[in-house]
Amino acid sequence: MNSAPEEHITHRHEEIMANIQQRRIRGKVWQALFYLATTIAVLALVILILNIFNSVFGYVLIENDVEPETLVASGNLEDMENRELIALLEENLSTGLIRRFNSEGPLEERSTEDLARLVQQRIINPTIIESWSLWESIFEQDEIRTTRSENSGTVLQFRSWLTIDFLRSPQNPRPQLAGIRTAFLGSLWMILIVMVISFPIGVASAIYLEEYARADKWYNRIIEVNIYNLAGVPSIIFGLLGLAIFVRLLGGITQGRTIVSAGMTLSLLILPIIIINSREAIKAVPASLRESSYGVGATKWQTIWHHILPASFDRILTGTILAISRAVGETAPLVVVGASTFITVDPDSIFSKFTTLPIQIYQWSARPQEQFRNVAGAAIIVLLVLMLSMNAAAIITRNRIAKNRRV
Amino acid sequence: MSDSRGETPKHFDFSRKTRPHEQGIQWFLFLCAALSILVTIGIVYELLKESWLFFGDPEVSLWEFVSGTEWQPVIGQLGIWPLLSATLMTSVIAMLVAFPLGMMVAVYLSEYASTKVRGTLKPILEVLAGIPTVVYGYFAVTFMTPLLQSIFGNDIVDVYNTASAGIVMGILILPLISSMTEDALSAVPRSLREASFALGSTKMETSMQIVLPAAFSGIAAAFIVALSRAVGETMIVALAAGAGPNFTLNPFEGAETLTGYIVRISGGDISYNSIDYNSIFALGLVLFLITLTLNIISRRIVEKYREVYE
Repeated sequence: MNSAPEEHITHRHEEIMANIQQRRIRGKVWQALFYLATTIAVLALVILILNIFNSVFGYVLIENDVEPETLVASGNLEDMENRELIALLEENLSTGLIRRFNSEGPLEERSTEDLARLVQQRIINPTIIESWSLWESIFEQDEIRTTRSENSGTVLQFRSWLTIDFLRSPQNPRPQLAGIRTAFLGSLWMILIVMVISFPIGVASAIYLEEYARADKWYNRIIEVNIYNLAGVPSIIFGLLGLAIFVRLLGGITQGRTIVSAGMTLSLLILPIIIINSREAIKAVPASLRESSYGVGATKWQTIWHHILPASFDRILTGTILAISRAVGETAPLVVVGASTFITVDPDSIFSKFTTLPIQIYQWSARPQEQFRNVAGAAIIVLLVLMLSMNAAAIITRNRIAKNRRV
Repeated sequence: MSDSRGETPKHFDFSRKTRPHEQGIQWFLFLCAALSILVTIGIVYELLKESWLFFGDPEVSLWEFVSGTEWQPVIGQLGIWPLLSATLMTSVIAMLVAFPLGMMVAVYLSEYASTKVRGTLKPILEVLAGIPTVVYGYFAVTFMTPLLQSIFGNDIVDVYNTASAGIVMGILILPLISSMTEDALSAVPRSLREASFALGSTKMETSMQIVLPAAFSGIAAAFIVALSRAVGETMIVALAAGAGPNFTLNPFEGAETLTGYIVRISGGDISYNSIDYNSIFALGLVLFLITLTLNIISRRIVEKYREVYE
């Protein structure tokens, strides 16, 4: 037997095995990379959320003008009688201020809780001189204690920046008193206006494009291409449009930089998204439904109104709510349209000046003081909860409608 | 069999009837759809009109606008390059972060992940895509910038810098890229993969050499749409990239982008017909043209290079 070919075969065999081994290893390496990339993406979301909570809770160092213990032995203001609290207020505050409080609601008739809050704000007047994040509060306690001992007459307190008072108070130049009441109401107004304007127009456009428009007509093609292009226009450009048209040109009707101008700008912004989503929903209705409706002699509109819309309404609604929740989070166009930087009065009509949650977050994040970042973090949680509950409402409504659906 | 009532049978008229209210409804629906055209006309008209006023100003020259490297409206320096270069910087950094990661996530989701894993990961990525951009801006300021500063040192990394804004913007557009790419990969038919396996390819070779090239048009479209999104992104750069035009290629220095400038100027009280007011529309026009071009290119690619499989 000649050994040469056999040797050759073994050699080839080894070569092939080595090659396969190498390819397998390369496959494993890439697979590990794919895992890693996905982990990074998920990790980014986790860090993003943890970072918010990190700044919403933590220790703060408070300096009081007057120690509560000097006013009442227990240090708890609510242990005092109303009479004593009023006496305290009258003793320490100017008569003008007392007169103002009395005109808002006579001091004698106020609750102990309310009076105690006034004393707290006006006489004790706590100022936060330093704040720490949750991370620092847990892992750098020594440093925090040193800072505290360096500042005599201060109180160290663990504080949540997200409180009931934060939701109830209007804006305030001092971070510990700032709240989001006006911004939250502004956001609710936006939701209302956007819903009223963009939902009917968006669904009507979608019905036209899906059910009526003949693709061979040039104007229908233009409308279609145009909607896709509009969906890709940066939101800040819509802000410029709103500024030029709604604020300036129609300023006589909208009264300038008001809720209605901003609401209409946002409505135009999400209109293409609502149209595209609604078209998808209508497209998903089976052709058999249409044909059976025509088969029993229904007209086109009867078919749409009685069959196509009910059959696709759950999907249309979900698409619309998702689009509106995008509008709730929009900031740039509203800044351009002219959101107010500081308002403490509740917006009471569509012609009020406005601010919204994202605008507040933007303004607070842009300030250099550390404490405003804590406040911004708390506002972000409120915004995310608002958006989340809208999405949850969309899902619940969809499931409820889907249960009663005929097709 | 006589007609008991003595009347002639009624004849049905099957000819086409005109139904005025159905016609009216159709017209109403058409007008709603046509409103979107009005929006586009409004945008184009206002941008052009204000830009015309801007360039009509004796202090402004078109040549200086397209070639100047200094943007200081107060002293009459109106060159767009500092703003444009900052926009390019942040967008390029964002794409460097988002494109490789987004592609790998997409390949993982479409080729490797089990149905169950995909079912959990996709909603997570959708959540990431649904978070308002101002929250990303906050994230850039409170997390990414301090992180970069602790890695590279405070003397190198400014408080406001394009690197931080770009990286966070990358996280923002990552879900966009991964979901568009995943759609493109899923559209590649199974038979192609099976043919590749039958020839002895490994899973990785099939994914990288068969499925990815087959989905090329979708991936290219995803790239361009994401780039257009990055160019138009506003809140992250307004918060983290810096508030002053700066012509630099150093990612650790602050520099104001087109969008950042528009937001900062319009956020203050500006008077109509001032050069500031006109300038934001001129810059808006530039931004509009860039994003429009990118969007048109991406649709062309999809139309031209789409592989249609049976």
